[in-house]
Amino acid sequence: MATNTYVPHAAGYVDNEGVKIVSSRFQYEDSYTLERSLSTGGYEGMKKTLRMQPAEVAAVVKDAVLLGRGGAGFPAGVKWGFMPPVWPRYLVVNGDESEPGTYKDRLLMERDPHQLIEGCIIACFALGLNTCFLYVRGEMPVAQERIAEALNDAYAAGLVGKNIDGTDVSIDIVLHWGAGAYIVGEETALIESLEGNRGMPRLKPPFFPAAKGLYMKPTIVNNVETLANLPWIITNGAANFKEYGSEKSPGTRLLAISGHVKRPGVYEVEQGRVSFRELFYGHNFCGGIKDDNDLKMFIPGGGSAPWFFEEQLDLLLEAGDVGPAGSMLGSGAIVVMDHTTDAVKACLRVVRFFARESCGKCTPCREGTSWEEKILQRILDGHGRPEDIDLLLEVGANISPSPYPVAAAPESGLEAVPFPPKQTTICPLGPSSVAPITSAIRRFRPEFEAKIAAVSPVGAGA
Amino acid sequence: MTATENPESASPETNPGVPFTLNGVEFHANDGELLIDAAKRHGVHIPHFCYHPRMTPVGMCRMCLVEVDTGRGAGLQPSCMLPVTPNMKVNTESEPTTKAQDGVLELLLINHPLDCPVCDKGGECPLQDNAYAFGPGESRFVEEKRHYEKPIPISDLVYLDRERCILCDRCTRFASEVAGDPLIHFIGRGAQTEVNTFPEHEFSSYFSGNTVQICPVGALTAKPYRFAARPWDLSETESTSMVDSTGARVALHSSQDRLVRIQGVDSDATNWGWLSDKERFIYEATDSPERLTEPLVRDGSGDAVPTRWNNAVKQVVEALARPSDPRRIGVIGGARLTLESQYAWAKLLKGLGAVDNIDAQLGDGLPAELVLGLPKATIDSACQPGGVVVLLGPDLKEELPTLYLRLRHAIQFDGVSLVEISPRVTSFGDTVAARLNPLPGATGQIAKALADGMVGTSIGRSSAEELSAAHKLLISDRPVTVILGRGNLAESTDIIASAVASLRRANPNAKFLTALRRGNVHGALEMGLTPGYLPGAQPLSAAVDGWDMAPRSRGLDTAGILKSAVNGTLDTLVLLGADPLTDFPDSKLAAAAFERVGTVISVDTFMTASTGRADVVLPAAMFGEVDGTFLNLEGRISPVQAKVTSPGQTRADWMIAAEVAAAAGGDLGFTTLAELRSDIAANVPGFSDVHWDRTGHGADGPVITGIRSWEPTLTETAPIPPADDYGLRLVVDRKLWDNGTMTLAAASLKGQVGDAVMSVSPADLARLRIPSGNEASVAVGGGDARTVVVMSDPRVPVGAAHVPFHLNGVDASDFLVTGQPVIDIRIQAL
Ligand SMILES: Cc1cc2nc3c(=O)[nH]c(=O)nc-3n(C[C@H](O)[C@H](O)[C@H](O)COP(=O)(O)O)c2cc1C
Ligand code: SF4
Ligand code: SF4
Ligand code: FES
Repeated sequence: MATNTYVPHAAGYVDNEGVKIVSSRFQYEDSYTLERSLSTGGYEGMKKTLRMQPAEVAAVVKDAVLLGRGGAGFPAGVKWGFMPPVWPRYLVVNGDESEPGTYKDRLLMERDPHQLIEGCIIACFALGLNTCFLYVRGEMPVAQERIAEALNDAYAAGLVGKNIDGTDVSIDIVLHWGAGAYIVGEETALIESLEGNRGMPRLKPPFFPAAKGLYMKPTIVNNVETLANLPWIITNGAANFKEYGSEKSPGTRLLAISGHVKRPGVYEVEQGRVSFRELFYGHNFCGGIKDDNDLKMFIPGGGSAPWFFEEQLDLLLEAGDVGPAGSMLGSGAIVVMDHTTDAVKACLRVVRFFARESCGKCTPCREGTSWEEKILQRILDGHGRPEDIDLLLEVGANISPSPYPVAAAPESGLEAVPFPPKQTTICPLGPSSVAPITSAIRRFRPEFEAKIAAVSPVGAGA
Repeated sequence: MTATENPESASPETNPGVPFTLNGVEFHANDGELLIDAAKRHGVHIPHFCYHPRMTPVGMCRMCLVEVDTGRGAGLQPSCMLPVTPNMKVNTESEPTTKAQDGVLELLLINHPLDCPVCDKGGECPLQDNAYAFGPGESRFVEEKRHYEKPIPISDLVYLDRERCILCDRCTRFASEVAGDPLIHFIGRGAQTEVNTFPEHEFSSYFSGNTVQICPVGALTAKPYRFAARPWDLSETESTSMVDSTGARVALHSSQDRLVRIQGVDSDATNWGWLSDKERFIYEATDSPERLTEPLVRDGSGDAVPTRWNNAVKQVVEALARPSDPRRIGVIGGARLTLESQYAWAKLLKGLGAVDNIDAQLGDGLPAELVLGLPKATIDSACQPGGVVVLLGPDLKEELPTLYLRLRHAIQFDGVSLVEISPRVTSFGDTVAARLNPLPGATGQIAKALADGMVGTSIGRSSAEELSAAHKLLISDRPVTVILGRGNLAESTDIIASAVASLRRANPNAKFLTALRRGNVHGALEMGLTPGYLPGAQPLSAAVDGWDMAPRSRGLDTAGILKSAVNGTLDTLVLLGADPLTDFPDSKLAAAAFERVGTVISVDTFMTASTGRADVVLPAAMFGEVDGTFLNLEGRISPVQAKVTSPGQTRADWMIAAEVAAAAGGDLGFTTLAELRSDIAANVPGFSDVHWDRTGHGADGPVITGIRSWEPTLTETAPIPPADDYGLRLVVDRKLWDNGTMTLAAASLKGQVGDAVMSVSPADLARLRIPSGNEASVAVGGGDARTVVVMSDPRVPVGAAHVPFHLNGVDASDFLVTGQPVIDIRIQAL
């Protein structure tokens, strides 16, 4: 198999050199079938698990320092330890992937559903529970189809359901399709949605899922990629897992890179060993900025992340380094923008997403995000007023009290404000809308001013 | 009752509570108390919109954010969601707090239409108040505001203006969490989120008016009140609702001497601030053009013509004096009256007139012996966490809706287990712990089986599982309350009494709430407006000062009085706010009685069918126009207060009694309300220490326990009428909205009354080969068949047929026959 190339049947996936922990089967055209899975070591980790004690399995996962891949980067093994000894309890798999720029869970579900199913069984076993809900984003029909088919095959083969693989362990996996709301990716909103309610987040505290989750029972919510790592970890052991990646962040991540690079796509990359510069320009990765243009800015971790610039290029892809620098690695979605990008338009584009996806539950996000969108739209329509720039920042501060996380700006001597933001809201969605505004205005204020000066503000707001 | 709901219950002396610092001052909160409540108790008001002390906090509006430090640095936290924890440091005045609150307020206002000058809520609006107190003077929002069609009706009674809505989730939370009618919901996303109904389903809830009261803005308005007054023109008095026997606390609002609004008052003991729409909107009836405003007498040609009070009273005196024997006089009604008026009429007729044919119940109640003699529970004791409630009676949502809300809350949140022994599935639905729906006639048998522990096999349609679950709960050492009512007008009260005897044998500690629907019926029985008792549930043999002529032998109940009239042994019939022609279950008996009786005297507020047949009509002042006292189903007394002047020549009922007494040359012993109350205090056991003028906020009166010197004598020997294999057993019950006089007189309510159909279980309907919704022929015994619409309803047990009483459509009284233990009907396809 050639390296650094697109794999035609795995849309968006770039097969690069380096270790493959979760994408090892993507090279096969029939990677999603039970036959391929079984012939390439599939379900071996599960079988090994079923002959261990649940606590032993949990210990391996904890030892492996498997950081959650859904955005917050919380160690899965530690999270599992938060469950009180209460039954019934549930595992919920977050396959609602909708963070702008993110498209790696889709590949995991479409290309290797058995790996995910195996991961679910391992996690259920370790958590001592027997019902797992797998929530797949509404707009992912292929993923839904493949997972459903894979689950049927796995049930038929005795790999899921009653007396798995002849043991006395029985675990059911229940599929659920989303209805198309980004907020349902937030774990408590996802739980509400699973319960048949309108997808709106619950307040944490008191509704931490590990204690009061689905049907108010202890619930672990894990991201698809997090669970997809489990078969490899159990088969090869925590020590081998930690051979890859960095000490703080072992293993790999699937990074979804989009925007102005020569070879956008999903790459499996070791954590903490590669810098953004290597990723964008390296031959094993994206191979440079499109048309060899200049880099203007990049979003390092999905639409919710504050923007980075030239100065941050040498940061390693390491959550522990990116946070203090003012942003986050989030869901592993990187959006690269070159010098042709209009900062105000880019800002509006991201803000509009959050304004439309706000669930409407809390005032600052419901009203604030759409106000931000309206101001930005008005500036772009040529009706901006000089005071609008500060107004944008102040509306943002009503959603997320300042100072908002932002990258350092050496040219003006301003330091970075570390992640995460504060919030007046219930969940982080509202504050996410402030990321592009703060980032863009701090860096490109003259662009805003130019737009406002270009056209007379007569008729503003009319 | 949790600590958070009753701020006064804090007693720092005995339990120091949770120490915390509020704006630099050390205080103590109760265990588990929410910060917003603890702050309020210590005089610090935290602005809020979505928080409501009677509902689960949701933390949505974010208005109550305050800076809180629990040791990990200060951060903004919603005080409505945060229980105070030890050594928490709270700052409600810091810069971050005020900035957050200002920010939320600004955001709430950006899309708000600011149409306060034309808004019902203007002047009493929390949003307006907070905007004045904290808000910016000017808006920085220059964009176009959100637009919606201005108020849309979401039911016959409630309008929704989505532009004014601040999406606080109070109405929607109330609908789903409190009322159990989740018919309004959020739809849309982001700034386009709105409250609305589901397509094709209006917000038809018996409790819809509560949403208007708790909406923190003018988004929800009540049709009867829209544009009726401005808050600053309103004057307010607290009172007690007389719509049913729960005795919900209310505030009466008037403008220019007209009642324009009733709001619920948050009384811990009774209604927690909630009202049914009947309790809330019934005030419209006071203004009705149908009100009787002058005395009427029948002239030579048989027409009722206006007359002077003197003349009317004289005729009443004559009609009462004419009969040779007080047993030839019958008196029906009295539940509409205040306690004082009930006493006055009882004293007039019993104490001075020796009449014992007096009954405040119209054949749809319970034996007075049970109501007066069973050990009483309170609503709070029935709803106490971990309790067991046995509902031996009707669907409370239909008959006592605010009691239903309290019980619903107790089941949902306080672990109360409900055993339902009702003739059909009630609105508690699947929240019941055990459901027994005995066929009419089998109620006593089921209760006996529960007492005997004979629960191993099914009885009729009640499965062994349900029976044994019910048995376990009934005999458990949890506090057991029986809510006793009349679930079926077509099942005799002997059967109910027999069931009560069994339940008492099963659990001698069980307490009772008598769920009677007629307003002040408990007061009426307590004051002696029932055969066989003198006031205070004393036997006829008791000596009561001033009641020198009291009867010595037990008189007749309403059915007996009507039969006596039919038999020609009744000369004079007095109606105290009663309309037996439409309100007595067996309307044929009532009609025959009116044909034969000599003179009919009616003391009433409206021209009803029965009043239309009266020879003398005395117009009475009604609720909202009179001062007095109410005795609810717990035996709790609370004040009823006048808010507006009564119309025309109407008078308070007790004054009418006093006038009749004076005209007859007698003396009731009182001419003022104060003297009347002293008479009650002196002569009615239990009333000696009553503070009659107990009014003001949260004035839940005490429960008058009434020490009974007797126990009801009950036997478990009611006959079990054999079921007829071909017939169906009739179940007739009441709905909230029926053709009651007051409902029909309230302009906005009369449209609520629906059409009755006969409902039968799907299995029976299939067996009868009648498609649901078709007409069928129905006959009782050998009587004439009627053609009625028959519907399939899974809530009706197999073997029964259900018809609600006193609606339009199928007339249940066609099938009701007085004196039958149960009624079997036959349904045939046409
Ligand atoms: C607005 C919002 C959207 C989110 N969307 C997703 C998502 O699409 N997929 C996901 O796995 N986690 C998402 N998350 C994170 C989840 O809440 C949760 O932290 C995660 O599923 C936990 O899994 P992990 O510990 O395995 O990472 C989102 C969080 C927020 C606040
Ligand atoms: S921040 Fe936005 S998405 Fe999150 S709960 Fe509030 S309104 Fe909903
Ligand atoms: S209508 Fe009123 S009560 Fe309902 S959500 Fe809107 S503001 Fe709140
Ligand atoms: S009152 Fe606390 S968030 Fe609304």
